[in-house]
Amino acid sequence: MLLFILKRIGFMALTMLAVSVVLFALLEIDKEKVAVRVIGQYTTPEQRALWLERNGYNRPIVERYVSWLGHVAIGDFGRSVRYQSPVADVLWPRVWNTVILATYALGIIVPLSLVLGILAGMREGSKLDRAISVTCIGTTSVPEFASAVFIAALFVFVLGILPGTSSMADGFNVLELVMPVMVLVLYDFGYVARMTRASMAEVMTTQYVRTAVLAGLPYARVIWKYALRNALIAPFTVIMLQVNWLLSGVIVVEVFFSYKGFGALLLDASLSQDVYLIEACTLVAVFVAVGTQTIADIAYTYLNPRIRFT
Amino acid sequence: MAAPSADLALPAPGFGAALRKAIGPIGLLRESPVGMVGITLVAFWVLVAIFAPLIAPYDPLATQDPFRCPPWWQHSYCPTNEVDNFYLLGTDHLGRDVFSRLVWGARKVLIYAPLATLCAYTVGIVMGLCAGYYRGWTDNILSRFADLILSFPVLVLYILIIAHFGASAVNIVVAIVFASGPGIMRIVRGLVLDLRTREYVAAAETRGEPAWWIMLVEILPNARGPLIVDACLRLGYVTITIGVLGFLGLGLPPPDPDWGGMINETRSMAISFPHMTVFPCIAISTLILGFNLMADGLREISLRD
Repeated sequence: MLLFILKRIGFMALTMLAVSVVLFALLEIDKEKVAVRVIGQYTTPEQRALWLERNGYNRPIVERYVSWLGHVAIGDFGRSVRYQSPVADVLWPRVWNTVILATYALGIIVPLSLVLGILAGMREGSKLDRAISVTCIGTTSVPEFASAVFIAALFVFVLGILPGTSSMADGFNVLELVMPVMVLVLYDFGYVARMTRASMAEVMTTQYVRTAVLAGLPYARVIWKYALRNALIAPFTVIMLQVNWLLSGVIVVEVFFSYKGFGALLLDASLSQDVYLIEACTLVAVFVAVGTQTIADIAYTYLNPRIRFT
Repeated sequence: MAAPSADLALPAPGFGAALRKAIGPIGLLRESPVGMVGITLVAFWVLVAIFAPLIAPYDPLATQDPFRCPPWWQHSYCPTNEVDNFYLLGTDHLGRDVFSRLVWGARKVLIYAPLATLCAYTVGIVMGLCAGYYRGWTDNILSRFADLILSFPVLVLYILIIAHFGASAVNIVVAIVFASGPGIMRIVRGLVLDLRTREYVAAAETRGEPAWWIMLVEILPNARGPLIVDACLRLGYVTITIGVLGFLGLGLPPPDPDWGGMINETRSMAISFPHMTVFPCIAISTLILGFNLMADGLREISLRD
């Protein structure tokens, strides 16, 4: 087991390394372009040459990559052009804001989708099952930007009970989190619920559940003691992988509600071609995505006794 | 109910039969109520897109009376002076008719979403066939490449590619191919790894058929069931993606009407003039719902057999 964990973590490190190579190649191979983006379009070629020389851009490409990687590894991402301050100073508070948003969202998505999925999967093909399944398809069919518009129109325009933006201009305000969280939950819970349903429905057809029912055990006890434990293994993985989707959704939601989070920062950096900020944001995003995948893999083998990798 | 299955089972010779064989599962949708709803929604938007010039009352780019609300949804922010024109869904901040833009926008999304999905499928299928059929180092390289692409959060990848290379119709299609090709490859690879052990593949190999013929003619048609379901789902995702990119300002360049772009241009006014954003949102949601319900219906039918 320990060997397996080490292997997975090693694989994760390799993936990150590969991503960093791709990112470096995409953004920094053309050093003239970097100079234009960092010190501006209206600089003379001499100024750019001087800047490139001073910042070590005339070294061979491999040397540049290794030195860049070294700095990134200790958290030094360079200076943001857009915000005129070190990238780390801009990045981490934004990441923290997104962590808050995502925690609230997951805190609702997980229990809601598990309960609905289990209810639907308990009796496959029942009216309740059909109703829950169709609802889930319905909510996952509405993209985040559309549900954001609907929710904002309802709660701000028609009812007028919630603030229209979530910029947290006057300090932290839970009310401003309500709509972003609602949008994330609406889009994401359906998928997890459907996966839970499929897993639960499968477990309900197994021999040991049938035996337990035929042996005359109370239905509730069969569900709690026998079915649930095995049915929840797959959804756990799905929930961890869902973090990847949540990261995408967070970008849309933060932009729509002008929430000062990581997703909005990433878009902002990309649109303003802020090279170092793009690199930092992408690496953080990929790290989160790959990290949760690794945890999901490890936990899955730990939870499921039928799989044992060494 | 014997008639439809009978004419599926007895293919007439020629192109018609091949076509019927390929779309057979879609024809079966009439047995699934959920799937029927889905196909109706999609068919509705396809018809709207085809007959856009006949349906749209105004030129989608013509600027007329700005900030008009729909006549059936007047509220305090709307200008009240009378105008001659009738705007079913109101007009936007530049005075363009929302209804006409919606109708023409259907064309945009129904051209680019299937086109991008088709391109992604072509690339994904070729990669998946090669990886699954040749295995060994071909499989290794292709799979590691897919792992690398799939380790990015989807939207981050799109934003990176399009912000770097610029927003244009071609770049959007390329980005979609690049980002969803590997996912399709994984599915195809899994199916091929199973199918290549079948006897008819061994028979074809013994007959000396070339590898590309075996992959395309012997293996691929037998993998079509799960792929058609996935294609429907993916059409939904691609539609969402095109919408999201438009919403983030990275979509098809203005001024041509495109649903995501319409939402992006008017979302700063969404609180005071919700009609400008709400209707494109309803349009894109119903289209995606159509694709998803179709996929669900197809899956239900394929599980039944």
